[in-house]
Amino acid sequence: MVEAQTGCRVSQKRTNWIGRSVQRLEDGPLVRGRGRFVGDIAFPHQLHMRVVRSNHAHGKIVSVDVEAARRLPGVVAVWTAADIPDIPPVDFREGRIEKLEPYRQPVLATERVRYIGDPVAAVFAQDPYVAEDAADLVAIEIDELPLVLRADQDPGEFSPGRNTEAAIVRQGYGDVAAAFQTAAAVVELDLSIGRHSGVPLETRGAIGVYDAARDILELHGAAKVPHRNRDLLARMLGRPPSSIHVHESHVGGGFGIRGELYPEDVLVCVAAMRLGRPVKWIEDRREHLLAANHSRQQRHKIRAAVSRDGSILAIDDEFFHDQGAYVRTHATRVVMMTCGILPGPYRVPAYRAIGHFRLTNKTPAATYRAPGRFETTFVRERLIDAIAAKLGVDPIEIRRRNTITAQEMPYARPLEALGEEIHYDSGDYLGLMDKVLARAGWDAERKNAQRRRAAGELVGVGMAMFVEKSGLGPADGVRISVDTSGSVEVVTGGASLGQGFETVIAQVCAEILSVDYRSVRVVHGQTDRIEFGIGAHASRATVMTASATHAAALKVRQKAIDVAAELLQAPLEALDILDGRVVRVDRASGPSISLGDLAANLAPTAKGRGGREPGLTAEGWFHVEHQVYPYGSHVAVVRVDRDTGSVAIERYVIGYDIGRAINPMLVKGQILGGFAQGVGGALMEEFLYNDRGEPLCVTFADYLLPGLQQAPDVDVLLTEEAPSPLNPLGIKGAGESGITAVGAAIASAIEDAIGIPGAITELPVTPQRLKQILDSRRETSPTLCRRTTGEAHA
Amino acid sequence: MSDKVEVRLTVNGRDYAILVEPRKTLVDAIREDCGQTGTHIGCEHGICGACTVIVDDEAVRSCLMFAVQAAGRRIRTVEGLADGDKLHPLQRAFMEHHGLQCGFCTPGFLMLAANALERNPDIDDEELLDVLASNLCRCTGYQNIVKAVRAAAMEVRGARADVGRR
Repeated sequence: MVEAQTGCRVSQKRTNWIGRSVQRLEDGPLVRGRGRFVGDIAFPHQLHMRVVRSNHAHGKIVSVDVEAARRLPGVVAVWTAADIPDIPPVDFREGRIEKLEPYRQPVLATERVRYIGDPVAAVFAQDPYVAEDAADLVAIEIDELPLVLRADQDPGEFSPGRNTEAAIVRQGYGDVAAAFQTAAAVVELDLSIGRHSGVPLETRGAIGVYDAARDILELHGAAKVPHRNRDLLARMLGRPPSSIHVHESHVGGGFGIRGELYPEDVLVCVAAMRLGRPVKWIEDRREHLLAANHSRQQRHKIRAAVSRDGSILAIDDEFFHDQGAYVRTHATRVVMMTCGILPGPYRVPAYRAIGHFRLTNKTPAATYRAPGRFETTFVRERLIDAIAAKLGVDPIEIRRRNTITAQEMPYARPLEALGEEIHYDSGDYLGLMDKVLARAGWDAERKNAQRRRAAGELVGVGMAMFVEKSGLGPADGVRISVDTSGSVEVVTGGASLGQGFETVIAQVCAEILSVDYRSVRVVHGQTDRIEFGIGAHASRATVMTASATHAAALKVRQKAIDVAAELLQAPLEALDILDGRVVRVDRASGPSISLGDLAANLAPTAKGRGGREPGLTAEGWFHVEHQVYPYGSHVAVVRVDRDTGSVAIERYVIGYDIGRAINPMLVKGQILGGFAQGVGGALMEEFLYNDRGEPLCVTFADYLLPGLQQAPDVDVLLTEEAPSPLNPLGIKGAGESGITAVGAAIASAIEDAIGIPGAITELPVTPQRLKQILDSRRETSPTLCRRTTGEAHA
Repeated sequence: MSDKVEVRLTVNGRDYAILVEPRKTLVDAIREDCGQTGTHIGCEHGICGACTVIVDDEAVRSCLMFAVQAAGRRIRTVEGLADGDKLHPLQRAFMEHHGLQCGFCTPGFLMLAANALERNPDIDDEELLDVLASNLCRCTGYQNIVKAVRAAAMEVRGARADVGRR
């Protein structure tokens, strides 16, 4: 493979780094407490910012009195929107979208507040405690306006002449109406997914620093998409992109929500320039739960037309997406994705999706790990289970009849996600499903659950299939340099959110250059080190950046061997790199030269350089037209407590085909972590509001994250049977597979446990919700009645 | 609220004479006034455990304690866990078992587990899980943390048995 592309050979003897579960390069500093998270960074003379937030969910701003706050000793400035009239609302990442512009969030609320948590004023003080004291002294007077708290009810007024339905997104193909007319059966469901989010353990933070001497604006604490945010800031502030340096530090978890450009990021930058001092902002947890992106909340009214044998003829879905108060950087991305990916692994001859993208007086929403896929996998797999129940066919058999087969790959569908047409690149969905069922002992588990149910327990088994998407292009580039000591530096526009990015990129680079991966330093998230970058999102980092690294490393390798051939006076084809030295492989012993010495021979002043460009260095690019589509199945065994409505996960199996794993340990780590978050979304986590629009979950005592006892071990079956044909290493993304089908599989298992088909229509299945279902159906369900009689005997 | 008081904190065997408001939390004092930023702040209300440090012989949430309350007591943070270049068995085990991803909760988990093993090296598995369930992690799904702590516990017990035999 390597040979064909470079003309120089790669020896079989050298160490292989790709595919090995090596220890992470990131861990050393992190376990010693030497990480550098944004809160750990400090600049001399820095000011601390505190944001004053609205306590009203919707209203007209009558006045904002900041005088008392301004007078507090230690306070340097207090700003309201009137102080920064020239700063535009936070713009969309992908550029101008005129139709949605009126719905963007101002950096500080002008005229109206639209959710509790909406930034209204900003205090800048010498000490964070003083900033907080001063913030308490800001008095905001609000005239309340009517609330809109549900996306599935009629839209309300956003501004005069504009209602809260910011967009309606439609995707589809085929004659849906005709399919429903001729269908043998129609299955209809009304399904909801609760509002929850990524909630990383590190809250957000940002530090703006302005260097007037060089006219450089720095933003520290960036994550996920540093280059994109640089460009967005440049647009908003009217500065050349090259005069803004965005710096990523250690990031305490991203999950889609961290690293978007928020009002607070813009504020610290503007304040640093205007106040002439570095400005630091570290969010507290309450703020985080009020102000960082929420996600997921949708209600789907979906129906399927099916033939007598259970073949899907058409799917028709109308859904209501609760966007919260403003349209943030992602615009309608989650709704587009929802429409595009809903059909998943199944053949759907005719399809129509209508997404109502509606604003409500709640925290704005955007992407959270597997955006649109966690939601649609729940919806679609519920639908498949319902079809099975309606026709009296086994749910596995229904899936078999409708799943796209390996022979149909690659499979194009005239739908769109992330601006690209959907092209499933490779996969054997049923093959993997069968392996997962075998691994889980599906039939035995089903029988066992039946037996236990007969004995009075509420135990059930459920499964769900999914197709993920990953590796969003269109391009990624890296620059690799070897210094005179032989150390390798890879500079990339990718980003790290704690997933092990440095290790994986180092492994790929080390493989091609035949060096120890520990000698490779990976620089990421620094816009002053590399001009371009798309960052780490959409499970793209490994797919795109590793492919670019592969390309650049091949060039460095070629250059090293080319110079070595001249210095060693050996033919090119006799040379290889082993352990960081170019050696002759056609003789048992002979001269060799280290990569460091070769770098010295390529110095601008070196005689041996000849006509070559200086430096043992190369840039590599990778371009791709389509994303890659990994896939998998989840199986869950759960036990329901009849008295409390709580759900215990007894067993969980995840099968996933990654194409090719660079580091299987890290892939499994991603799956385990995603699974635990999925458990949160399936059973626990939900941002609730009362009818005044007041958020009820603003601490970790009310917003429940899964702890150790809620996240059992997962049996992970990681396969590499469908490498992607779209990149040289065959890689697909790893970040989202653990979470995608958790809501769906657990819902299916719970339904099996309680013996009421169609009962689970809403996530999260909290104990309260499940208890209500159990109590209301007690009379009609044989499974539930049995226990009632049992109790009577006892 | 700006009347500051002088407090002496002993962090990892080093004395720091600091001037803080009485309302300043221990974690803020450790991070800002003593410059030891390895201890992290995750929620500031005692639930996530990212700020766990050992005060005297007890694992505590340093966001729920004022700096003045720790005066004169022995504070240990993640920076003091390794013995020079020699990592603590827990630190090594977290690396070997992929017990961390973003690493933000890691110092809290390390100090929590270190304290549990110091208090009772023979802690049984159920108790150990109970202790570890008191902190939150958002990346790993916990299982690799459990594996790491179990491995380190074995090592600590093994080392103790070796000393006993000598």
